[in-house]
Amino acid sequence: MNKRQITITSLTLFAVALTALMGVGVVNAAGNPNPFNRLFVPPKERDTALKNDKIHDPSVPGLKLLQQPKEAFAPLPGSIGGNYINWVQALNKGLIKPHFDHLDASKEALSMDLVIVMEVKGSMPNVAFPHKEHTVWLECTNCHDSIFKPLKGANPMSMAEIMLGQKCGVCHGSVAFPVTECRRCHTESKKTAKK
Amino acid sequence: MSSRSPRFGVLHQSNITMFFFSLALSFMLLAGGLFGSEARAEYGDIVLNNYSDKNGIRPVIFPHWFHRMRYACKSCHSDIGFPFKAGGSKVNMLNIISGEYCGACHNGQIAWSVENCDLCHSALPNTPTQVHNSVLRAPK
Repeated sequence: MNKRQITITSLTLFAVALTALMGVGVVNAAGNPNPFNRLFVPPKERDTALKNDKIHDPSVPGLKLLQQPKEAFAPLPGSIGGNYINWVQALNKGLIKPHFDHLDASKEALSMDLVIVMEVKGSMPNVAFPHKEHTVWLECTNCHDSIFKPLKGANPMSMAEIMLGQKCGVCHGSVAFPVTECRRCHTESKKTAKK
Repeated sequence: MSSRSPRFGVLHQSNITMFFFSLALSFMLLAGGLFGSEARAEYGDIVLNNYSDKNGIRPVIFPHWFHRMRYACKSCHSDIGFPFKAGGSKVNMLNIISGEYCGACHNGQIAWSVENCDLCHSALPNTPTQVHNSVLRAPK
């Protein structure tokens, strides 16, 4: 390479890099300062590939063997938070068939159909806790007596407590649907309850 | 004219690769700006780093979503004895190999066995023990 070639090469590189940097600035700052989801990537635009999720190390060769969430979730019914999957519906529709026992695939859950209505002090509707949806995943001893006393009214709790990982928050907010899905628990109108 | 043409010839031939390389670079920069740096792992993904970093191996990622499609919560949280707390069990390679915790299934019979190190030990080094996207923040 002679002097002129080197100059042209470096100038081209510099110009393109400058354009790129300006592009980044334009997109981030001037594009739209008030996007709808300012701090969140909307679910549809989320790139869930394991190599891009920022907790997996993309240099790990084994990543290619692991199932991608997008592929696994494709046939399942959607939801508004968490994994954006309605796991209860997925189970009820038979789209997933989780084994209840890791050694015996034929063993089935002993589900119990009992709804506990909990009165709520604030303006939200009362909470109807369905044992049925919980007992297909869990057995009694998972919650009783270590998390909840098996007695109606014996388990006072607050949303603050739940968000700190106590009571319902042991699962809801970490694995089961998060507390942003208010109306999945707060379902019972107070007017009907007070009769 | 005759003095100009070689200059353009040079520009065209030697810089075309460089041009496309820089173009690719600028797209990468643009993509980096568009999709910030926050983690986008699945809700409920668990990072276990009680011992990994200290022992020079990548921390473990346990994908809750993958396992809950195949097993009810009860089978791991009752039968196998995992507490409802990230990093709350004393799981290590020794008890996995002797069939406890992950080793109850990851034994080469129900699921792939322990020689596939990097299928579990796949997190970026220094990722703290946490439930990803939990309302409870990861300890600093």
